Amino acid sequence: MSLLAPSVKVCSWTRELDNPAALATYVAHGGYQALRRIISENVPGDDIIAQLKLSALRGRGGAGFPTGLKWSFMPRAFPGDKYIVCNSDEGEPGTFKDRDIMRYNPHQLIEGMAIAGYVLGAKVGYNYIHGEIFDVYESFERALAEARAAGYLGDKLFGTDFSFQLHAHHGYGAYICGEETALLESLEGKKGQPRFKPPFPASFGLYGKPTTINNTETLASVPWIMQHGGQAFLELGKPNNGGSKLFSVSGHVNKPGNYEVPLGTPFSELLAMAGGVRNGHKLKAVIPGGSSAPVLPGHVMMDCTMDFDCVAKAGSMLGSGAVIVMDETVCMVRALERLSYFYHEESCGQCTPCREGTGWMYRMIHRIEHGQGRPDDLELLNSVAGKIGGYTICALGDAAAMPVQSFLKHFGDEFAYHVEHKRCMV
Amino acid sequence: MLSSESLALIDLEIAKYPAEQKQSAVMGALRIAQTEKGWLKSEVIEFVAAYLDMPAIAAYEVATFYNMYDTQSVGRNKITLCTNLPCALMGANEIAEHLKKKLGIGFGETTADGRYTLKEGECMGACGDAPMCLHNNHCMHTRLTPEKIDELLERLK
Repeated sequence: MSLLAPSVKVCSWTRELDNPAALATYVAHGGYQALRRIISENVPGDDIIAQLKLSALRGRGGAGFPTGLKWSFMPRAFPGDKYIVCNSDEGEPGTFKDRDIMRYNPHQLIEGMAIAGYVLGAKVGYNYIHGEIFDVYESFERALAEARAAGYLGDKLFGTDFSFQLHAHHGYGAYICGEETALLESLEGKKGQPRFKPPFPASFGLYGKPTTINNTETLASVPWIMQHGGQAFLELGKPNNGGSKLFSVSGHVNKPGNYEVPLGTPFSELLAMAGGVRNGHKLKAVIPGGSSAPVLPGHVMMDCTMDFDCVAKAGSMLGSGAVIVMDETVCMVRALERLSYFYHEESCGQCTPCREGTGWMYRMIHRIEHGQGRPDDLELLNSVAGKIGGYTICALGDAAAMPVQSFLKHFGDEFAYHVEHKRCMV
Repeated sequence: MLSSESLALIDLEIAKYPAEQKQSAVMGALRIAQTEKGWLKSEVIEFVAAYLDMPAIAAYEVATFYNMYDTQSVGRNKITLCTNLPCALMGANEIAEHLKKKLGIGFGETTADGRYTLKEGECMGACGDAPMCLHNNHCMHTRLTPEKIDELLERLK
């Protein structure tokens, strides 16, 4: 495997090599060539953005927003400070792909961020790393030190006038900081409470300066696209869903882990790669894009391909590519109770519908699970969920509402059984 | 208040940000202070705030907003167990019961000898290796079984 061969392992090709995270390994397999060429040849930023648009690279953090379009929003010619920020605050339950990119291929992320800095006119970048993975934060700091010593980061790169500094920022336990404006607040040394938008970060971002925020996997895909072109990346996946994607498969499978496959790969193939459902059990339900994505019944997923458009058509979201698999032994009431507790615990408290509504929903689901459900609870749950989603500053409100609505939609009979019989039907 | 080693580490954090944005270093500085002191007493938070030229209340806000800072005393070994859905599917609740029984405490409690604190955590972003816990915030133990918990507790004695 190498960065020079256009393999489907866009971000995970180093995984099988010795010392996968070492700078020497990365450079020996074509790493930093794209950055060197772009800077030395002074490639116009517009050309790079055009390649990104052609590639149909969509944000890998959850929203799936076209990356080329996002970059084009930056006032690149604006004089003064601008920033590129990487969102490695990976805390969406079920997601653990960015951790592996930083563990096994940190330099591809560093190269991607340096290219972004060049295109966007940012001289400084920050990588915001999830609090609970301190060892990854430390190893990323070591990768940064290696890159600085070798002249891939710092002043006047490759003898040109372009300078780029990159730093790691370590979070300390707040799911909400995965929301990009909460992340910016946190980078500024404040509580992570999301900002009103507009203004968007491209005009008022870190320290009030134009800022672009991309996910780790998104930025790490950039060197591959620069090496092989936007068309090659597009062709890995399918129209409007360019490239491969890392899927974090967790829960009831025989081989949980990260699997990088082309977008458009059938879910059944991904499930087979993960060793299938554990112990030969029957597939009951799948959350295809992290805990915030609506749950889908197993048979619906088995007809799905893993790409943004197909999963959306089936009624959910590809999100961060976190696939949580549940077999027939799972009580859906108990599963939702735990997810609802999470959103209640992690609500930043800024907006009333989310702060109060997440607690209200959790308490209702808790009492249903504990045999104290009331006949009108299910209707009330749906009603409360419907009054959170869309009525808050950030998407955490929607993220809390969607699991509730989808669990009730697809597994309502289990909830009704709990309320009526005061016990579980599973 | 803090050792010269800790202050040197905090200075490295400060150097990451523009000179007029020292407050950006508060998360790193509080982490470093907590690592040295065990938990964040008011005086420590106020010292960090003064060191970064920021109002003490702003540093308090940070220390109380993020889950991994402890503003109350904790045992020498803080064990934070993730019980979120992917971990729960892989047996985190059984691990929780084992830990509670073994230590004789519940979530949010500290053993009488001050040796262990048990906390319930949220997603640690490593669900492929579920179930998992963190020891003193920085050391992750994955694919936990009751036997692995026993070994860990034995080592931390």
